[in-house]
Amino acid sequence: MPEVNSLVNEFLIKLKKRKIEGSKATAKLTAEVLRSFISQKRLPHTNQADALIEAVKAVGEELIDANPVELAVGNIVRRVLHIIREEDLSLTTAAVGGLSLSAESDNEDDVDQDDHPALSATAVAAAARSTLRPPSLQTLLEDMPHSTAVPQTSSSGGDSEGKSKSADKNLKTRKLKHNVIEAVNELIQDISTCHELIAEQAVEHIHQNEVILTLGSSRTVTEFLCAAKEKKRSFRVFVAEGAPRYQGHALAKELAARGLQTTIITDSAVFAMISRVNMVIVGAHAVMANGGVIAPVGMNMVALAAQRHAVPFVVLAGVHKLCPLYPHNPEVLLNELKSPSELLDFGEFSDCLDFGCRSGSPLLHVVNPAFDYVPPNLVSLFITDTGGHNPSYMYRLLADYYSADDLVVRRRSAS
Amino acid sequence: MDPRRLPRTVTDPKVRHVGFFAPVGPPDESMSSPPRQTTLSPPVAGYSLSPVMIPPPRHLSSDNAPLSPLIAADSFLPVGSYNPSEFSSPSATEDFSEDNFSKDTGWVLNENSGKAALKQNTHAASGLTPVITNEGPPMEAQKEQPPASSKPKKEKTTKSERRALQEAQRTAKAAANAGGSKKSAAASAVVNSANANTKKVAKAPPRKKDSSSVAASEKKGGDRQTDKDRKKDIPHPRMQFDDEDQVEKAKKRSVVKQTESRNRVELFRHLPQYEHGTQLLDLESKFFQLDTVHPAIYAVGLRFLTGDISGGNARCIAMLQAFQESIKDYFTPMEKELTRDLPTKINGYVSFLIQCRPLSISMGNAINFLKHKIPELPSTMSESEAKASLLSDIDRFINEKIILAEKVIARHAVTKIRDGDVLLIHGSSSVVEMIFLCAQELGKQFRVVIVDSRPKLEGRMLLRRLLGKGISCTYTHLNAISYIMHEVTRVFLGASSVLSNGTVYSRVGNASVAMVAHQFHVPVLVCCEAYKFHKRVQLDSICFNELGDPDDIARVSGKEDIKYLNDWASIQNLQLLNLIYDATPSDYISMIITEYGMIPPTSVPVIVQEYGEHLLI
Repeated sequence: MPEVNSLVNEFLIKLKKRKIEGSKATAKLTAEVLRSFISQKRLPHTNQADALIEAVKAVGEELIDANPVELAVGNIVRRVLHIIREEDLSLTTAAVGGLSLSAESDNEDDVDQDDHPALSATAVAAAARSTLRPPSLQTLLEDMPHSTAVPQTSSSGGDSEGKSKSADKNLKTRKLKHNVIEAVNELIQDISTCHELIAEQAVEHIHQNEVILTLGSSRTVTEFLCAAKEKKRSFRVFVAEGAPRYQGHALAKELAARGLQTTIITDSAVFAMISRVNMVIVGAHAVMANGGVIAPVGMNMVALAAQRHAVPFVVLAGVHKLCPLYPHNPEVLLNELKSPSELLDFGEFSDCLDFGCRSGSPLLHVVNPAFDYVPPNLVSLFITDTGGHNPSYMYRLLADYYSADDLVVRRRSAS
Repeated sequence: MDPRRLPRTVTDPKVRHVGFFAPVGPPDESMSSPPRQTTLSPPVAGYSLSPVMIPPPRHLSSDNAPLSPLIAADSFLPVGSYNPSEFSSPSATEDFSEDNFSKDTGWVLNENSGKAALKQNTHAASGLTPVITNEGPPMEAQKEQPPASSKPKKEKTTKSERRALQEAQRTAKAAANAGGSKKSAAASAVVNSANANTKKVAKAPPRKKDSSSVAASEKKGGDRQTDKDRKKDIPHPRMQFDDEDQVEKAKKRSVVKQTESRNRVELFRHLPQYEHGTQLLDLESKFFQLDTVHPAIYAVGLRFLTGDISGGNARCIAMLQAFQESIKDYFTPMEKELTRDLPTKINGYVSFLIQCRPLSISMGNAINFLKHKIPELPSTMSESEAKASLLSDIDRFINEKIILAEKVIARHAVTKIRDGDVLLIHGSSSVVEMIFLCAQELGKQFRVVIVDSRPKLEGRMLLRRLLGKGISCTYTHLNAISYIMHEVTRVFLGASSVLSNGTVYSRVGNASVAMVAHQFHVPVLVCCEAYKFHKRVQLDSICFNELGDPDDIARVSGKEDIKYLNDWASIQNLQLLNLIYDATPSDYISMIITEYGMIPPTSVPVIVQEYGEHLLI
């Protein structure tokens, strides 16, 4: 246990110091930390799932607080919680056996998206529990007391009741943990392979002689464009350099090295060039439940320009970037102000930052936000590893990955 | 839309009209010839680069002393506003386009020289008086007589009546004009045009400048000449650098050796893309061979090339002052005439400057002004007189069209700044800076957001200057525009040029700023002197633009760790595109502030047409 705590603490410090960059790296690390945490966690004999969920929530809360802007952390915590619930349910239903098999309905098809096709029996219960999923008439009738008792926070109580009934559960002490870890491994696998899955779809979206514009740098976008190039498509790419970090330079260099016709433009030239562009393909920092995108700063400008010229604005996002929360005032609340030193050299204007004289407040403020919010109406298409989706479909896609009970990752005691 | 209609904080509603006035009473000959002017300018003098179109010389009164606009600007100028109803008055049109343009008159007066002649008794004590001291009545003379009084009367006359009246006036003027042009057929180059002119006059009434409004009546006459003239009105096509023949020819003529850059951007083949950095050395080494280029021009050219002088007004002033120097040192060679030899000299200088850096549209207008002035010099004038006259003309242009205009614009724009405003500026614009300083002097409480963009980062210089004046500033980069726009209440932009379809052609990035501001319903005010207006139209930023040094993009100043592109030229598929300008569509612009007043972008062609490019300057 101590080594796990130190692992978690180390990760916390890294998050707080913003040492980890990029949602993918963060997501992967979060999943790995949670996996080792779960494997080390000693579980009581009764109410295993509840205990595990509580423990993961406790850690997850800390992790989210360490960097509330990095939504990937919260996403992974919620997914792990969801995994625990699913596994627990599947064990329960397996124990109850034939009883719930009769309840098995045509919901089965929905479940296949869950990457757990083998556990189709869990689907029914899961479907009934998920408030987002339309329950069939039968389940509605049967589970009436259950589904009314499901509001937001207190569902785990309902689960545990059903679980405690199963007598032979203690025998499966190891089973739950094992299954959960297995599923988390799968999740980590998913995160690391999402690039390839997204890139595979490239040829469906890029045609010959297309002109594509992108801003800043994103691993997913690089892979996407290169995948199309490898399929013998020849097209041109405009790369806006993406102040204040100018990662576009690195992206452009890599694309050019892979044989793509690449042109670097300044961010200010985006509006001038967009009229000659066929498609804008960008990466995202996070995708919200309403279909809005938290993206590197400058993206809203690009999206507006694209809308003006009716250029499709395509966002590539791995599943770990899908956030089940709805944004409120995201420009401010889901943003982060970076160091002014990226804009002005330290000391360059120190003579102007004189607190002593005048009214006591400095004349100069430097604003350097890290993210931009692109509202859903500016996005034409999301390409995730499960395919292309409309912004309006995002809320539904999320229901497959997150349990509605976990949207607020806070222990009840804390809240 | 609301912000455009803000109540103006002008105290005296009477002094609003600076720009366009409906003249009082019907225009007649006595009106249109103020005391100092004896000759009528020919209405044929359309805008064109070709010498055929140059109007016959006039009797000059342009040798009068240079004006003192600075004094004028310091006193209070009335705040003008655009009054659309005045455009609708046909007699106003007549007045602007056909009324002879007094060359020595400041632009401020042109529009009311006629009226002024009528009521010389009404010299209201207005701040403009110093500007017009040489001229006569101040522009505010009509203050006591609101245009409204004349309007109902005008509306009563039917269209045909008005047309008949116009025709009559036009023929009368043309007759006078023909006499004038015959009398003063100066250079042989102008002879053709003069002949054509007189012939045409004999046949039919001459073409009106405002051709669109009278197109119908002229078609009736079956005037073939008119169509031809109108074609000449179309701006001269620019050099296209993907035309190999043209480029070869240009290369032969060029003094500066320019090597085409290696990784050229395909989309911009039609624009010059040369290696930067080599020209300077080349030019320096050629200093003693370039005896055709005056040293002052040479110096200015080098400073353009190195980016030492940048900004539309600064470049234009520097160029004109260099022309002044060269004119001072100019001596007409034996057996040549000044009116013919000097333009060729100046053409040589201009092409030299173009090789250093492509001229901005405003500079083109200034050169046109000069080219219009030279043939107008009477042949009877001695060389020194002619030179003095040109020098004072240039002085007047600099003072009135640029320096004074800036001040007037600042006066106009300050009325749009309220206490508590947050004003956004992108890049650096001398006019906008002046507006801020002006507002600060008036004690307005406001904050400035400076949005900067690569590669020039002009905002830093502006930031330093504004901080020095004690103005509270927020500094950010262009990508953060959506973040910062929430708190902004006004966007002020400068412009390199305003084109006649309302497009504002300006520093790259201004279009993005205007777009985001439009999205956030923040009014966008473009501040631009009228000498930067141009007849051209443009829809995108690609057909015409200027490309800067791509190396500027590869280097990120102050960030040594970003060096992915140090060897970009050796990477085959990589191009760097450093656009200098972009075109802001007119629908993003709430208002254009010129010295003539504040106008919507849809009225730009009206200014260009009514004031005409040769009348503007």
